[in-house]
Amino acid sequence: MMNKSERAPERAAPTTSARPADGPAVRAHGLQVVRGGRTVLNALDFAVPRGQITGLLGPSGCGKSTLMRAIVGTQAHVTGTLDVLGLPAGHRTLRSRVGYVTQAPSVYADLTVRQNLDYFAAVLGAPADDTPRVIADVDLTSHARDLAGNLSGGQLSRVSLAVALLGEPELLVLDEPTVGLDPVLRRDLWELFHRLAADRAATLLISSHVMDEAERCHRLLLMREGRILAGGTSQTEFGGESPDALRERMSAPTIEAAFLRLVDEAKSLQESAQ
Amino acid sequence: MNTHRTLATARRVLLQLRHDPRTVALMLVVPCVLLALLNWVYDASPRTFDSVGASLLGIFPLITMFLVTSIATLRERTSGTLERLLAMPLAKGDLLAGYALAFGALAAFQAVLATGLAIFVLGLNVTGSAWLLLLVALADAILGTALGLFVSAFAASEFQAVQFMPAVILPQILLCGLLVPRASMQPVLEGLSNVLPMSYAVDGMKQVLTHTGVTGDFVRDLAIVAGCALLALAGGAATLRRRTA
Repeated sequence: MMNKSERAPERAAPTTSARPADGPAVRAHGLQVVRGGRTVLNALDFAVPRGQITGLLGPSGCGKSTLMRAIVGTQAHVTGTLDVLGLPAGHRTLRSRVGYVTQAPSVYADLTVRQNLDYFAAVLGAPADDTPRVIADVDLTSHARDLAGNLSGGQLSRVSLAVALLGEPELLVLDEPTVGLDPVLRRDLWELFHRLAADRAATLLISSHVMDEAERCHRLLLMREGRILAGGTSQTEFGGESPDALRERMSAPTIEAAFLRLVDEAKSLQESAQ
Repeated sequence: MNTHRTLATARRVLLQLRHDPRTVALMLVVPCVLLALLNWVYDASPRTFDSVGASLLGIFPLITMFLVTSIATLRERTSGTLERLLAMPLAKGDLLAGYALAFGALAAFQAVLATGLAIFVLGLNVTGSAWLLLLVALADAILGTALGLFVSAFAASEFQAVQFMPAVILPQILLCGLLVPRASMQPVLEGLSNVLPMSYAVDGMKQVLTHTGVTGDFVRDLAIVAGCALLALAGGAATLRRRTA
């Protein structure tokens, strides 16, 4: 289990890493996504602050991946307002400024780690020395010449993560990047995420269905059934809610307990409305 | 479009093939073996071998490239790498041109081997220049690549992609004039063969077989094959969507 000292380090005042004039990295208003006649995301209002790690948490199938796809501009049938780095989501100039990692590793199994990264670096126009840097970032230097198809599941997802780090994007959208990794690797990756936010002022939006990862984030957005349960712009103007504030507000010992309490509240609210 | 990204894509596709030497060997060796077999089958009538052999020199690159491209593109779609690439600053044209370039280079190599074997070893009699045969073979290969890219959008699995071969290619083989001259087919079939691109691929080969220089018909056949390839590439580009449901 995690203790206090492993939690997200005290974050710097938001003004140091994010110029207020820039506004949040992501701002959504009345965001709605319909897939196959079903409303997957329903009237979402939220913001993701710059230079911070925002955790997007909720059970499987609650719409986390769809939300992330909408932010990077690969999701069709998106309505409402969704601004990313001050531009409409999916704007062509955002394609080199936003890094995106899908849940399933998306790299070429029949290329080596190095060849995969060299190709994506060429597509992104990233500098040549970026490839060894990102391979080192995800701790795969000793596997650089291995065929991606021969790597373990955890190693493969780190290759996929390394691709997203190429060209130092301002916003990183990571869909369950630590799923299936052992505790040591998970800790190392979270240290990397915090370094990216602290040293390069990168904004990270990280989804997870494991609630104990919430403690490692600066801000939280809790989702359930296509709606934001906590951290929406109706509650905080800055974007997201800090883990401490959420636990305090729900007077819950853990984020998981706070989440369950929020779900119960939402349910009883629904029932009384009917 | 961006030359650097197109070349990087072509290089990447060739690197992937280099990690799969068996596929490359099959692509290069199988057409040669089939030509040799055909030569043996028509041992008693070398004239028939000339006609059928020349037609096959146009058909082989089309089939091989169709199969390889449709599977490769399908893999790109199902592995998530296509979605990733389209979320990056890569133009659809860069991706398509990269594939066409890489597979076109391989097809050129295959055509050199098959044409060389047919003319210098198996004694295929061509009136025109062997270079013109190569030119048609290359256009056919690019047509195969373009058709493969296009149909891969309609295949949800590799099983389906492979089944598109008999569905899209076999009718063209039956109607292209390889078995029966197109002019002596039923009017309906002849009309059908007039709108299928492989008919012109085979007609072009036959022009080289029977004429010394570049004829007007040859130029027309080549232009039709190239035009169909461009049309299929444009269709393939339309199936690549940056935003998907």
